[in-house]
Amino acid sequence: MKILKIVARNARRHLLRTSLTVIGLAIAVMSFAVIRTFVLAWYSQADATSPNRLIVINKVSLGFSLPLSYYGKIAGLEGVTGISWAQWFGGHYVDESNFFPQFAVDQNSYLELYPEFIVKESEMEAFRQQRNAAIVGRKLADRFGWSTGDKIQLVGTIYPGDWDFLIAGIYDGETELIDESQFIFRWDYIDETMKQESPARSGYVGSFVVQIEDPSQSAVMCDRIDALFANSSYESLSQTEKAFQLSFVAMGRSLVTGTEVISILVIGIILLVLTNTMAMTARERISEYAVMKTLGFRPFHIVGQILGESLLLATIGGLLGLGLTMLLTPIIALALGTFFPIFKVAPVTLVLGFLAAILVGFFAALFPGIKAVRTSIVDGLRIID
Amino acid sequence: MAQELVLVENVDKSYWRDSLEIPVLRDITLKIKTGDFLALMGPSGSGKTTLLNMIAGIDRPSSGTIRVGDVNVSSLSESALAGWRSSTIGFVFQFYNLMPVLNAFENVELPLLLTKLNKKERRKQVETALGIVGLEDRMKHYPNQLSGGQEQRVAIARAVVTDPELILADEPTGDLDKVSAEEIMVLLSRLNKEFDKTIVMVTHDPRAAEKAGTQLHLDKGELHTE
Repeated sequence: MKILKIVARNARRHLLRTSLTVIGLAIAVMSFAVIRTFVLAWYSQADATSPNRLIVINKVSLGFSLPLSYYGKIAGLEGVTGISWAQWFGGHYVDESNFFPQFAVDQNSYLELYPEFIVKESEMEAFRQQRNAAIVGRKLADRFGWSTGDKIQLVGTIYPGDWDFLIAGIYDGETELIDESQFIFRWDYIDETMKQESPARSGYVGSFVVQIEDPSQSAVMCDRIDALFANSSYESLSQTEKAFQLSFVAMGRSLVTGTEVISILVIGIILLVLTNTMAMTARERISEYAVMKTLGFRPFHIVGQILGESLLLATIGGLLGLGLTMLLTPIIALALGTFFPIFKVAPVTLVLGFLAAILVGFFAALFPGIKAVRTSIVDGLRIID
Repeated sequence: MAQELVLVENVDKSYWRDSLEIPVLRDITLKIKTGDFLALMGPSGSGKTTLLNMIAGIDRPSSGTIRVGDVNVSSLSESALAGWRSSTIGFVFQFYNLMPVLNAFENVELPLLLTKLNKKERRKQVETALGIVGLEDRMKHYPNQLSGGQEQRVAIARAVVTDPELILADEPTGDLDKVSAEEIMVLLSRLNKEFDKTIVMVTHDPRAAEKAGTQLHLDKGELHTE
């Protein structure tokens, strides 16, 4: 029989209180891990960027276009090894709730600059052959049950009307960080249509993707590109792909910061809950601690009991919370797949969640432990006679 | 001739409540010889439990000295006192104070966890102690499965399992019915006579006190010999 046995049995003395505390801990750890996963998912697109790709957009905002005629000028700069362009489409499939990223791109150059999008050569060939062909990400295809050869229709909003597409291929991400929820189709499909229906909108692109030879020169290259179009009707803003993605992240930074604060508050609240549980426990057993001290047990034995019980609850609660997180995140990933293409619990999140639980267990035992040690045997036994 | 085991010399004890000093014991001098069975009697608030606690080293005198054997108890640090208590003192409480999560065997084994005895040696001593108090057949029973008298017998087994020189009992029959109280007193007498244990017992009960060889009365913090 050892002190650990006493700790384990003591933890079962008030089963309801122990269970509620463990469940509270589990929910707190789960909230912490899910929120952290949400925050990491928010930044994941920026992590998936390439250091040798620049994005050039209209200086006014992303909502404004740039003339396709800039293509040649940018391509002619020394240090540029590749260039392509893309246009945000902004349509939906069948229902407005079926939203996913859609890009009209140059069929010959765009995917050359994105080697992390793995497409079969035969499917690339089909993409180049047919003007309304589209390449879709694996997750998107799975979501709607699309397969190669399917014909689908998108409803345009920026480019109004019904747009028919042929699924020419399905791409897989080279790594799990790659977004597999994109719908990529040919820019000339909308441009040819615009030429007939709205000629003023023809010949413009949303952004250029520029591949540079030396990533360490990205700032210089951005300046050189923007200098080409300074004081023109369409001034440009060039930035690294990562900075471009982070500009989207920045739009929701206050939301992300708020969420992170909430995750810390949740841990703080559960710390108070466990401290309260351990304080109640220690108060109820103060006479038992006094008896143990009378028998010759030292303060570290007493603190060891309280700390052991607190850590036991924290460990069970932490592991349960992380288990719930692993069960819950695939469901969240499915529901938020459009907004967070990569929603996966990182190993570091599991480690941090468990550490948070252990730290809560440790700090929750501090105050009751100190109080139990400081209470004299006489006071503990309530001997006043 | 028996040697002095406990020597209490000129002990005063006061408690402080805010700035108010409350005297509990005044100039107590007391000698207890090895093998004595002493009953400390007195009304509530007379200071008898306080005196017992000071002999046990769980409370300290305001002035004066207490020696048990060769040890000046009042001069030991808390840590040293804990070690000394575990080897020298067996304590019996009025309300038994058994650990509710441990069975009788484990409760008696508790003080032995502080010794270097191995599991087999501990088992042997626990079985011996429970045999002395007649509870060999209740080893696996938890406190809530025992009667008050049985609980107190387990507590006595816990007090003697380390074979201490001195047993201190604070109203050991105070929470028991007449029959159980009688059984406990017979057991304490046996420990004193058969096993030569020195016992100091605080009690209100004159019938319990009669079992002791010596009776001392405390009244308003002063000691009176019967």
